[in-house]
Amino acid sequence: MATLAGAQTSTYAGATVWRVILEWLTTVDHKKIGIMYLWTAGAFGLVGMAFSLVMRTELAETGTIISAETYNSIFTMHGSVMIFLFLLPIGAAFMNYSMPLQIGALDMAFPRINALSFWIFLFGGVLLTLSFAAEGGTASAGWTAYPPVTLDTGNNAEPPGAGMDMWLVGVILLGQASIFGSVNFLVTIFKMRAPGMTMWRLPLFTWTTLVTGLLILLSTPVLAAALVLGFIDRNGAGGAFFDPAAGGQPLLWQNLFWFYSHPAVYIMILPAMGIVSDVFGVFTRRPVFGYRSMVLALIAIGLLGFIVWAHHMFTTGGVFLPFFMGATFLIAVPTGVKMFNWITTMWRGSNIFPTAMLFSVGFLMLFLIGGITGVFHAAVPVDFALHDTYFVVGHFHYTMSIAATFGFLAGCYYWFPKMFGKFMNEGLGKLHFWLVFIGVNLIFFTQLLLGLDGMPRRINDYVDNPGWELMNMLTTIGAFVSAAGMMVFLYNVFYSLKWGERAGSDPWEGTTLEWATTSPPPAHNFDSLPEIRSERPLFDLRFGERLQDDPHYHVNNGHNGNGSGSGAKAPTASAREEG
Amino acid sequence: MAAGAIPHKRVHPVRSFLVGDEPMTTGLWGIIFFIFSEIMFFAGLIAAMLALHSDTLLWEPTNGAHRVHGDHLRPILFTVLLVSTSIPMQFAAFSIRKGNRKAMLINMGIVLVIGTAFIINQYFEWEEAGFGISDGPYAATFYTLTGFHGAHVIGGLVFIFAQWLRGLLGHFDAKRNTAIEAATLYWHFVGFVWLLVIFPLVFFLS
Repeated sequence: MATLAGAQTSTYAGATVWRVILEWLTTVDHKKIGIMYLWTAGAFGLVGMAFSLVMRTELAETGTIISAETYNSIFTMHGSVMIFLFLLPIGAAFMNYSMPLQIGALDMAFPRINALSFWIFLFGGVLLTLSFAAEGGTASAGWTAYPPVTLDTGNNAEPPGAGMDMWLVGVILLGQASIFGSVNFLVTIFKMRAPGMTMWRLPLFTWTTLVTGLLILLSTPVLAAALVLGFIDRNGAGGAFFDPAAGGQPLLWQNLFWFYSHPAVYIMILPAMGIVSDVFGVFTRRPVFGYRSMVLALIAIGLLGFIVWAHHMFTTGGVFLPFFMGATFLIAVPTGVKMFNWITTMWRGSNIFPTAMLFSVGFLMLFLIGGITGVFHAAVPVDFALHDTYFVVGHFHYTMSIAATFGFLAGCYYWFPKMFGKFMNEGLGKLHFWLVFIGVNLIFFTQLLLGLDGMPRRINDYVDNPGWELMNMLTTIGAFVSAAGMMVFLYNVFYSLKWGERAGSDPWEGTTLEWATTSPPPAHNFDSLPEIRSERPLFDLRFGERLQDDPHYHVNNGHNGNGSGSGAKAPTASAREEG
Repeated sequence: MAAGAIPHKRVHPVRSFLVGDEPMTTGLWGIIFFIFSEIMFFAGLIAAMLALHSDTLLWEPTNGAHRVHGDHLRPILFTVLLVSTSIPMQFAAFSIRKGNRKAMLINMGIVLVIGTAFIINQYFEWEEAGFGISDGPYAATFYTLTGFHGAHVIGGLVFIFAQWLRGLLGHFDAKRNTAIEAATLYWHFVGFVWLLVIFPLVFFLS
């Protein structure tokens, strides 16, 4: 903890270690809670990565090192830890830390509930991981926990033990933490904005926080309902919800589960998209192209996310295929809008490529592959052929896992100076980027090919069909290369905390409000706020005076079609609408 | 800057009815979003009920028991009682908006008494049901839905009781009454969900 607080030494000058620990344990400051989310989620992410290395070692060659049961546990915990304890909370970390700063708020709307969410999350996470100590081991039904595998139906040789219950309760707790968090984010955005920060001036990351908050708010409770029913089925005399022998319906679980878990994919990827948008807005040195279309695309993705859940269940025969296929295809439209907007932002921009920007460009490439393979999957006939193969594994890792992680890594490099007052080391950062970028492509592109060749997922051994062993070996090598990259990152974090170059309050020449305060910000966030006349208040502050007399500024402004920056000339909202 | 006079803000009558004319506090926004998440939770449970009921062959309790008392009069009576408590609860909110703490306490007292009676009746409903939670989908759904709803009623009653005690201590006035407005909205939600729960549960079986 002392290292953790190292960047904020001034706050703790002369304080004892215990005082500092107590301060962090009892804090209700959104910045400290965000940083705690970051460390905790990061630690869980390393745990999840360790699981993936175990799996890749097992699959590197034919023949088994670990038993099928252990392998089931490991891939279940890899998925659960990565999704519930890494990707979801690390989004919460940035939303906690940056969103109130971006809207010029003093803190979240409900600071104490914010702290409560963090501690519920931590408790749920610990419960989930402690299931290794449970009798019968961890949950081993995959992160999707389809019944009847999760149940003791009397037919399964080794019915899942207490670990499965710990998984269910743990995920309920994590969901509760998410719901409290989302209420907090939404109320903060709606009620705590600084004067002048209208909805159409919210930074794009804040917009993603808003849409993500709505997705969490409306989808997580449905998962909670499913988990509760699953828990009832498993305990006491048992219910009859999912066990077909007792009159239940296994498909009911899948419907309820995916009603949450498809929006959950967007809960993971949208904050990453928001970070990337903000990063592009800074390092291309021009406003993000099509600000309003970005927001509308975001909202469209959020809405469509609620009506496509059954595309995970095409092969069950229990869903109406044409509707869910069509709705899934539709998602490609707003996603495409965002892709083109990002690319157009870079087009003729004065691009510079610090590590945060590299990761954002990497995000685009990975998300493109992930998105296109997603469109493949949306087509029912293709999905019938590729269901439960490594093609699926490759697809979802490209989108919600690796692309999201790249977005969050961009966020780490981008906001690290704000959080700790120091730059991350650029050389190490670039080494990190290239190792991870090459590594993950080696893993997941090979997995796409393996999937096309028909290799099923969730197995601990395979027959040596032509090329499979080679491709699996390549995947394993990729896994270790990316793990090495992440070790470089870890070293970079601690190196930069200790020896990093000092960063001023606005090291990147940022455009949004978090750069208008010191690094790290004081407990009350802002001593004073600049006037907010556009979604780039700091740009206006820096160049507004100069551009006031520049006729070209307004011409350019008309050309890029989003009215951003016109605030430099137009002091009122109505005048801005005309621009 | 823009020197134009701030136009008189008209409050929508529905909004005025539900949460008054004062600007909405963060607490009120918070409870509204929270209620939406609760609605989705019950939507999940109710969707499960409807899905399971679609398989009517296996729907009824496996031990052959029906609701012992056979008639639907008592559940309907208590449904009417619970849902009608939304009225005194809303009057409690109206009273405190005018600064009348005494009328607020009386109205909340009525809600507390009837709400408690409802919970006691639920206990007897469970006692007399004649089937256990593991006796088929209907039984499992019955206990899960009435159980979760009952837990929410109890939560609402605790919430209201806490505010009632605060009212006795002299808290709340015409301007500072977020907790009362929040409790009122929550109580409306609890009553509304009961309508969605009870009708399918009572009438599907008959």
